[in-house]
Amino acid sequence: MKLDEFFVTGEPLIYGGMVAIVLVTSAIIFILTYFKKWKWLWQEWLTTVDHKKIGIMYILSALAMLFRGGMDALMMRAQLAVPNWNFLNAQHYNEIFTTHGTVMIIFMAMPFLIGLMNIVVPLQIGARDFAFPFVNAISFWSFFFGAMLFNISFVIGGSPDAGWTSYTPLAGAAMSPGPGENFYLLGLQLAGIGTLATGINLMVTILKMRAPGMKMFQMPIFTWSSLITCFIIIFAFPILTIALALLTIDRIFGSQFFTLTGEGLPMMWANLFWMWGHPEVYIVILPAFGIFSEVISTFAHKRLFGYNAMVWSIIIIAGLSFLVWVHHFFTMGAGAFVNSVFSVSTMLIAVPTGVKIFNWLGTLYKSKIEFSTAMLWALAFVPSFVIGGVTGVMLGMASADYQFHNSYFLIAHFHYVLIAGTVFACFAGLTYWYPKMFGLKLNERLGKWAFWFFLIGFHVCFLPQYFIGWDGMPRRIFYIMPEWFTLNFISTIGAFGMGIGFAIFIYNVYYSYRYSPREETGDAWGGRTLEWATPTPVPPYNFATLPEVHQLDAFMEMKEKGETTFEEKKLQPIHMPNNSGKPFIMMLILFFASFALVFEWIPLAAIFLAGGFIMMIIRSFDYDEGYHISVAEIKRLERERRGLDHE
Amino acid sequence: MSEQHVESRPLEYQSEQGRLNILGFWIFLAAELALFATLFATYAVLFGRTAGAPEPGELFEAKDTLIMTFLLLTSSFTCGIAIHEMRRGARNSLMTWLVITLILGFCFLGFEVNEFATYVQEGATLQSSAFWSGFFILAGTHGLHVTLGTVWMICLLIQLGQRGITKITSRKVFIIGLYWHFLDVVWIFIFTSVYLIGMVM
Ligand code: HEM
Ligand SMILES: [Cu+2]
Repeated sequence: MKLDEFFVTGEPLIYGGMVAIVLVTSAIIFILTYFKKWKWLWQEWLTTVDHKKIGIMYILSALAMLFRGGMDALMMRAQLAVPNWNFLNAQHYNEIFTTHGTVMIIFMAMPFLIGLMNIVVPLQIGARDFAFPFVNAISFWSFFFGAMLFNISFVIGGSPDAGWTSYTPLAGAAMSPGPGENFYLLGLQLAGIGTLATGINLMVTILKMRAPGMKMFQMPIFTWSSLITCFIIIFAFPILTIALALLTIDRIFGSQFFTLTGEGLPMMWANLFWMWGHPEVYIVILPAFGIFSEVISTFAHKRLFGYNAMVWSIIIIAGLSFLVWVHHFFTMGAGAFVNSVFSVSTMLIAVPTGVKIFNWLGTLYKSKIEFSTAMLWALAFVPSFVIGGVTGVMLGMASADYQFHNSYFLIAHFHYVLIAGTVFACFAGLTYWYPKMFGLKLNERLGKWAFWFFLIGFHVCFLPQYFIGWDGMPRRIFYIMPEWFTLNFISTIGAFGMGIGFAIFIYNVYYSYRYSPREETGDAWGGRTLEWATPTPVPPYNFATLPEVHQLDAFMEMKEKGETTFEEKKLQPIHMPNNSGKPFIMMLILFFASFALVFEWIPLAAIFLAGGFIMMIIRSFDYDEGYHISVAEIKRLERERRGLDHE
Repeated sequence: MSEQHVESRPLEYQSEQGRLNILGFWIFLAAELALFATLFATYAVLFGRTAGAPEPGELFEAKDTLIMTFLLLTSSFTCGIAIHEMRRGARNSLMTWLVITLILGFCFLGFEVNEFATYVQEGATLQSSAFWSGFFILAGTHGLHVTLGTVWMICLLIQLGQRGITKITSRKVFIIGLYWHFLDVVWIFIFTSVYLIGMVM
């Protein structure tokens, strides 16, 4: 293979990207070397099995991916702002909308939420760690390397260009030759291993490791939403695994699952994809619901209204999410009966969702609302999400969908639900739990600036798109007609407003690191759930002594009774797992295996794959017993972090 | 759970980590179930789409598949005996039964390789049609699982030799037992819905 086939050539924007990558990488290497931080990086982060650190790495990576996906979005909007513009050519535009959608869903939204779950769920249920800390590290590195594999495609080999849904036959070997599509298939496959592992890990953690006395219906609502999300993951991700594997085998080894020859069935891909894909949208929205519920009840200073109804509606939504996938292709031609069935099941989802909306309103009703930044995100979510939901029901009417399908109306709908739901929740959750993660609050004034820019930008960007859709503009076109100009131009302005909001948010992280006062109590907002019962920064073992739980909002009860999680007399040595470099190395090897497979270098891929298995065998022979933290050490850590004097 | 209570349970359940791992593995099996269900559904959808390649009825052989079924079912049984011997604390007997299970597993794989090779000679390959892609990937995924299971079992045999029956090794053996029975269940579905139906239709 020639070098100019290996690297992407001929695009000024991509040369710019290459230069940026080289510069940033060298800067990082220089800084790490100059400040002698390599050892620190390896010992504290790359080998860690601590759920809180893993969560922070998830969130940092997700923010980087939000930046990348956001740049893609801005480039698309720039190209669509005016008619007859040639900022991007058709091929480049195809690649960008493909990577934008994939990056945002798979490598931004899901990891961000999983990162928050990593940090918060064990704390909320009074656990010392995940059930399987080592596996948790594997999960993170599989996501990380999967994301890296996908992201290098734009400089090496070329990006996929068949849309984030990768419909066959377009995405098959005949119509999309070359490595681009393979990057998509293998990047998602690699990351998917980690997601499934997290699902199992978290589910066992929640089912088995709750603090003494905590019943299922006393679990904080975010934990509930995480548990149900795990359930969806466990039954939906294997479908994706198979779909990706079949298409990979089609492309690389010439099987006939989705081909037009050999009696393959291209539509089967659409079915498999959406049998995973629709539940996937609930994987990213249910945890978001959980976050908003926590934030709203904390800042309304009230117990969550209708807790049981909340839990049951999450469960029902999860069940229904598996029964509606056909609404993504009513136009496939399955016939009136099939379409009607899926139309009705789709609309049914609106019922439990409506229940939740009323629960949030009920919590706010007659409460003393504290308008903190996190609360603003939650308050803005409710009406915005309702707009997305109502238009979703419109799309769910099969007959109407023949008009709306693949138009900008659809684009507006899913951005209303994904951004007002998931992205707002990520920002709300990060702001809310930030003190727990880093021991300081984000600056409120900057936070509100970021909020208003993002919120207004969001509506300016996506509200007009409903109307552009009605004007007949289809999605995935790179050239607009003059009569669509005004609304598109407004939409682009909004997109840049969101970009500014995001930039302020990131600046706020830096600003707060420099100037915010240290948060000493651990209970930054007057919280109601157990994560606020730990000191900050949270010690490696989370709870010095485990709390006894008798009711919902366990920490409120503890505060009333004057209890703490540091009962000196009850202290005992705490068992901890050792750090390990194996997860990182194992996933690095699988990264190389996948990379080789992307270029269809089969023998090389086989060698690396064998390396991955050898790592698993080595792990099987590894009887690492962990270590204990002594009582004296616990005392020292707790006193220091709680600001208590020495005796 | 009181200590008394814990002591009376089988060894693999006595440690906290043992209980967590076993539950985790059950949930993993649920995911595996979803995985195989997807493959079965794919196979069913592609049934009959042979595009001029041989029909399944022409190639499937009752005798060989019956032998394979017999081998795998027996191996599931011997694996059960192995767990029983583990509960008695009889290490050598446990290892013997695991070795027997392993040998049966290898025989099964031998038959499967032979079967695939025959089909390929007869002109039914992964590439020849959608139906045969579905067949090879479904049966092949099961075969791959069995192969991984044998490697895993060999690792555990070595560990049993090194360490004897401990809380950790017993947990590992118990878990591979679950895995092995699961593969058996999947095979029964393959036997009925692939081979039997394929021969009849
Ligand atoms: C700055 C904010 C954003 C802007 C301006 C933006 C813009 C766009 C545009 C213009 C498209 C249409 C591409 C086309 O089909 O021609 C699109 C598609 C898409 N976006 Fe966004 N987006 C943003 C944020 C997000 C976020 C946060 C998510 C997910 C959480 C997301 C998920 C998607 C998905 C899944 C598609 C579909 C891609 C496809 O089907 O090809 N977007 N976006
Ligand atoms: Cu859907």
